[in-house]
Amino acid sequence: MGPKVKSPRTTPINQEVKSSGVMRLSHGRMFHKRGLWLVEKWKKQNEKKPEDRKPKKSTRMVTKEVKGDKNGKTRTVRVNRFPRFYPTEDRPRKLRTNKKTFSQHKHSLRPSITPGTVLILVAGRHAGKRVVFLKQLATGLLLVTGPFKLNGCPLRRINQNYVIATSTKIDISKVNVPENLNDAFFNRVRAARRQAKSGEAGAEIFQQKKEEYKVTEERKSAQLEVDKQLLNAIRTSSSADRKLLVPYLKKKFSLSNKQYPHEMKF
Amino acid sequence: MTYTKFVEIGRVAFVAFGPEQGKLIAIVDIIDQNRVLADGPNFRRQALNLKTLYLTKFTIRIQHSARAASVKAAWAKAEIDKKWAESGWAKRLAAKKARTSLSDFDRFKLMKAKQTRNRLIALEVGKLRIKTRKANAVAKKSGAKKTGKK
Repeated sequence: MGPKVKSPRTTPINQEVKSSGVMRLSHGRMFHKRGLWLVEKWKKQNEKKPEDRKPKKSTRMVTKEVKGDKNGKTRTVRVNRFPRFYPTEDRPRKLRTNKKTFSQHKHSLRPSITPGTVLILVAGRHAGKRVVFLKQLATGLLLVTGPFKLNGCPLRRINQNYVIATSTKIDISKVNVPENLNDAFFNRVRAARRQAKSGEAGAEIFQQKKEEYKVTEERKSAQLEVDKQLLNAIRTSSSADRKLLVPYLKKKFSLSNKQYPHEMKF
Repeated sequence: MTYTKFVEIGRVAFVAFGPEQGKLIAIVDIIDQNRVLADGPNFRRQALNLKTLYLTKFTIRIQHSARAASVKAAWAKAEIDKKWAESGWAKRLAAKKARTSLSDFDRFKLMKAKQTRNRLIALEVGKLRIKTRKANAVAKKSGAKKTGKK
């Protein structure tokens, strides 16, 4: 007989105690059982960086010189004095919450989506178009472009839920996305409402023309700038099929008979 | 027509479904009406239900309950891997696999390649059509002359 080989465990280490909702082992006990602190990956992730460390507390007491002969020359004094008055009643105070505002939220990105990935849009006005992903914005939305010259999809934001990531990637390391292309860039501009004059209230409702949407010069120039660089990147890409990339981006995605998107590879 | 493929010792079969799906095995022994003992190179000897097995036209020469080493040797001697790869069945499976592993861009490239091929075919067909039309016209004319003389 050879040495006894330990068979891998099939049951979980930690289990619920008789469906009481309480786990048999606490978080701390499990930590020791799993021995995570010995794993290199865990160590790296939880390494304390010098900038994470709390700054040392400044000294609370300070020795000060005191004038006068009979005053002992020095005296230790508090840096921050105690308050002179204390409230007699409890002040209402805000409770601590762990709630994070939207700007503090962590925005993840599917690993299949990297800058330069060709995406298929599945919702919205440009559904079905194949577009190029540029970067993720602070709100977590994806910044994409057709390029506009190829398929009419302008610089646009879209949620990654409404996108199919393909395995085709374009090297856009040399494409410089302008700094002004942020979430504020895409904010809608609303025309200020005209105030109805007294006496003819409501009379203007029918006369007021709906202002038509006009593309601003800012957007046009940004579009031109990005498209020019992107088309250049496509043309000079190292892949053998770069000539087919242009018609590929021009063509809309569609499903034919016996094609099931959940079974297909993109 | 009589049956040509039998459940017999040495019969090579394809596992159509189950955990061993897609593998090629040889029947080493017959356990009962439903199950056989299967073995092969890169395959752990085990009992398989006959419903999971699709019989191929190949057999290897082994004794019943032959050991794994002799199965392997007989498999190599009969050149099963080579013959299987050459068969239409295996080729179809390979083509299916290749098709499902295509990416979106690959599918587009395939579509483009098909278009160019069909264009060439249509061109040649058109040429032939013109040829036959001309030939038919000449035949008609000569036929009409004959009737006119009469």
